[in-house]
Amino acid sequence: MSARPGVVGYVAKRVAGALPTLLIVAVLVFGLIRMIPGDPAQVMLGDAGDPQAVAALRTEMGLDRPLPLQFAAWLGHALRGDLGVSIATGEPVLPLILQRFQVTASIVVSAIALATLIAVVGGLLAAWRHRRGLDQAVVGVATLAMAVPSFWLGLMLLLVFGVKLQWLPVVGYVPLTEHLGAGLAYLVLPVATLVIVESGVLIRMMRTSALDVLRLEYVTHARAKGLSEARVLLRHVLPNAFAPTLTLVGLALGHLLGGAAVIETVFTLPGLGRLVVDSILARDYPVVQGCLLFAALAYVLVNLAVDLCYPLLDPRVTVEG
Amino acid sequence: MSGLLRIEGLRLEAEAAGRPALLDDFSLALDPGEFVALVGESGSGKTLAARTILGLLPPGVRRTAGQVLFEGRDVTNLAPGPLRALRGGAIGMVFQEPMASLNPAMTIGAQLDEGLRLHTALPAAARRAAAIEMLARVRITDPARRLASYPHEFSGGMRQRIMLASVMLLKPRLLIADEPTTALDTLAQREALDVMAELAAAANTAVILITHNLGLVARYARRAVVLEKGRTVEAGETAQVLAAPKDPYTRRLVASLPRRGPARGVPSAPALLTVRDLRVAYRRRDQPGLFPALDGVSLTVAAGELVAVVGGSGSGKTTLGRAVLGLVKEAGGEVRFEGLDPLALTGADRRAFRRATQLVFQDPYASLDPRMRVGEIVAEPLRNCPELSAAEKARRVEAVLADVGLEALGGRFPHQMSGGQRQRVAIARAVVTRPRFVVADEPVSALDATIQAQVLTLFQTLQAQYGFACLFITHDLGVVAQIADRVIVMRDGRIVEEGARDAVLDHPQDPYTRELLAATPSLAVPSQRTEP
Amino acid sequence: MRRLSLSGWIGVALIGLLLATVLVSLAWTPFNPLAIDLDHTFAPPSARHWLGSDEFGRDVLSRAMAGARISVGIALATVAAAVSAGVVLGTAAGFLRGPVDRVLMTFNDALLAFPGMLLALGVIAVFGAGAGSMVGALAVAYLPSVVRVVRGAVLSIREREYIEASRVMGNSEAWSMWRHVAPNASPQIAVLAASLFGWVLLSESALSFLGVGVPAPAPSWGNMLASARPYLDTAAWLAIAPGACIVATLLGANLLSDALRDRFDPRGAP
Repeated sequence: MSARPGVVGYVAKRVAGALPTLLIVAVLVFGLIRMIPGDPAQVMLGDAGDPQAVAALRTEMGLDRPLPLQFAAWLGHALRGDLGVSIATGEPVLPLILQRFQVTASIVVSAIALATLIAVVGGLLAAWRHRRGLDQAVVGVATLAMAVPSFWLGLMLLLVFGVKLQWLPVVGYVPLTEHLGAGLAYLVLPVATLVIVESGVLIRMMRTSALDVLRLEYVTHARAKGLSEARVLLRHVLPNAFAPTLTLVGLALGHLLGGAAVIETVFTLPGLGRLVVDSILARDYPVVQGCLLFAALAYVLVNLAVDLCYPLLDPRVTVEG
Repeated sequence: MSGLLRIEGLRLEAEAAGRPALLDDFSLALDPGEFVALVGESGSGKTLAARTILGLLPPGVRRTAGQVLFEGRDVTNLAPGPLRALRGGAIGMVFQEPMASLNPAMTIGAQLDEGLRLHTALPAAARRAAAIEMLARVRITDPARRLASYPHEFSGGMRQRIMLASVMLLKPRLLIADEPTTALDTLAQREALDVMAELAAAANTAVILITHNLGLVARYARRAVVLEKGRTVEAGETAQVLAAPKDPYTRRLVASLPRRGPARGVPSAPALLTVRDLRVAYRRRDQPGLFPALDGVSLTVAAGELVAVVGGSGSGKTTLGRAVLGLVKEAGGEVRFEGLDPLALTGADRRAFRRATQLVFQDPYASLDPRMRVGEIVAEPLRNCPELSAAEKARRVEAVLADVGLEALGGRFPHQMSGGQRQRVAIARAVVTRPRFVVADEPVSALDATIQAQVLTLFQTLQAQYGFACLFITHDLGVVAQIADRVIVMRDGRIVEEGARDAVLDHPQDPYTRELLAATPSLAVPSQRTEP
Repeated sequence: MRRLSLSGWIGVALIGLLLATVLVSLAWTPFNPLAIDLDHTFAPPSARHWLGSDEFGRDVLSRAMAGARISVGIALATVAAAVSAGVVLGTAAGFLRGPVDRVLMTFNDALLAFPGMLLALGVIAVFGAGAGSMVGALAVAYLPSVVRVVRGAVLSIREREYIEASRVMGNSEAWSMWRHVAPNASPQIAVLAASLFGWVLLSESALSFLGVGVPAPAPSWGNMLASARPYLDTAAWLAIAPGACIVATLLGANLLSDALRDRFDPRGAP
């Protein structure tokens, strides 16, 4: 497959296609902060800031220069990894984001991986037993899972496993690096919540596209060859039916890596999403800006990676582009 | 007798109650190496009958009576294991749709290998050698290299032959071919079926060919079974069934084959459409540069004349039909309709041109707006006829619907009609403005044989009645024989032959035309198979 | 077209119940949802307080009913805004094609790169919390998806043969859009609007749960859940009632959207 010439062109096209998106993302993030009513310097210093201090900060922040120049300077810094410092704590923004990102990523990646696995198994089996009991049960559970808000499910799981049964801790967080066992105990419920919430839509998508593929002649052809049902499902149905689910996995992963604010709030985890919300409440704009940029970048990169996976599933995409 | 396959009293029903049986009291006996055709139109149950043999009935269909004995063993009650051993190994099956019959995500090498690995104990190298040899026998060039290719890298005809290779590789004792060439053009169809007959004869494989095409039955099958709506209406030696059909339905089926009428003496009329050096090139995604769809085409169509354009897929005939109607903006060269360039028209002139020219599409379902009623669909072109009053328009619509035999159906939606009725709606829509020129793009090729004959006759009648000129695009020389005044043969975007119908059909000059004529199925049963 | 399935009827019933609750709450709630009654704090469900009372002694049922009014109002306004703006922009992109389409879609893709919640948070950061800015924030957050769906529908329908047939009749592109594309795209848009209602309501509850949505003391299912969190071990009913309301509403919206899709697309029936 590596020898096929279409692949290189396809990859180049996808990477090039992501660049304008990233540029507009940067403009939006920069513009958003400028849209805040009032002078950013004044906002940052609060009501206490006297006019001289504001003027000094304006010059320091380059606010007296034309907007395009300000944007260029900001983007230049951002590209070098300098996202400014937090107004609240004085910490540099990027290390702060990366530290919080570890927490978010460990939950989100394991949850989405598990949800995908469940979706593949559940979706394939449901489609295989189309309109039978198993199918109806899977669809019912998935539809219900789609209707449950993560914050409520999280609270209910806390209520049952934390408060009533007292199997798992209710409040707090221990980094995995400090104590593996205790750290894991804090991650079980958030991951379980995300898995349930995210798998509903994935199962249904997997089932729908598997049904579409099961109708095609090559599946009947594979059965007519005498292949076992397991091989028909895994070798002939799954690869051709997985792409739409993969797209959804990419969207979910891309969006959640930017911060799972709700889950992090329910389980009091120091993740990226909580950082955004707290910074908004505290009007800590450099942090908000940095988080938004980071989230959008994560989204674009994840979806680029997903795009680059498609040729592995369907050799035709490199041609049809 | 040591039959290979015996089906007795087979009855299939839909699980939903209250429907008539899908197949009733179906019996068939087959000896090793025998070639039998199952003939019928859509809904006749022919595909279901064949699928029962492999236990591949679609969900919602049940066998309620009868048995299927393969080599003396009842295969309808087999456990999954023995059934799978039978599938592929003893009984192979080839399907209709070349675009969907191979897994797009697997190399053809892997797909050929899959069955061999399952049903034989050969080592990898021997399996590969067998696959290469079989690909060569189905006339795939450079087979060793092509093993690593994916299905989308082949043409439709090649894909059908590759599927045939993957099935015949296992030397099955019975081959079920379900409309294997319906989606292919005449030449590709001929090649695929010739290869199939050849491989089956070499391996002494019995064949059940499921088809609606009587020409293929005549050419390949020794015996034929004719099905109508689940009932077996006639069975016997092919020659007998086709030459002296006993059942009324078979007779209708045989009569529905297009046949040549006397040539119409068309009085020399002024040229309505002239095309000079028409060129259209498309950018194709899969290769750099421009792909020429039309490469210097010149022709004229006189008023009232019916000109057939014949060619295989990719010959440019569809592009030609679109370009003369001014629907292809990139067209180079010259198109003149009554002296005017369709692409240069504006305002009232453009509307007048659109009123004078119409197009009938191949797929009657896709070309009708699903959310409009038939009456509205037929009335819509009259929007551009301001000289007609509302009452006149309504009368015109009513009259045209009566012309096409759909008097009372103006209130229906397209999805509430049959395929043939839908194509009648499309034809009514095309003639309601009394056009002087109609392009008909394969208008009957998606229809069943008996319906095809009815719609074709209707089209002929309307053409005579309203006197419009017509560019009739088709791949079927039989249709050409029935309706054309003149014939244009196209290949690779060029006209290779042109002339009066009888001249082209009886004395073809170009080798491609001769090839097409030779590949066109007819009812003539080859002589070596007529004696029992 | 087919009759509604059982799940379709459940969806219709749930959404009907929700709208009925909203209508009733306009005229009557058992108690004033804002009335503080410090003598009856944390009352478990009883004949007096059917769903119990909260830390200020406010009646949970009354607050849930008033919350329905606020949440449904915000969701409906947001769906109306996002769908109408999305239809205009998506149709423009799909109809005009060329450079207009490219510019619109590049911008749209960039907006899609922000998680919807984060985009809404950003807008709220700029304009402050409150019902009005909630509608604005959520409409901005969901607009890109609507644009994408509408444009996709317009482009795919334009490729159908009956649009070419319309051209052959001499109809203008604008007429074809109006007479053929719009009626055939509208079912897809109706399906989208139904599921959008669910998503928006979910996001509104989430934002309110995070404390940046509907400001207290006005009740919303989301902020009711947020204030219930500290009392999970002693007053679980505070968390159960508003959550169950959200689940029922989302289930209703999803089932309704499924039913609409099956009705319009006979092939995609489950």
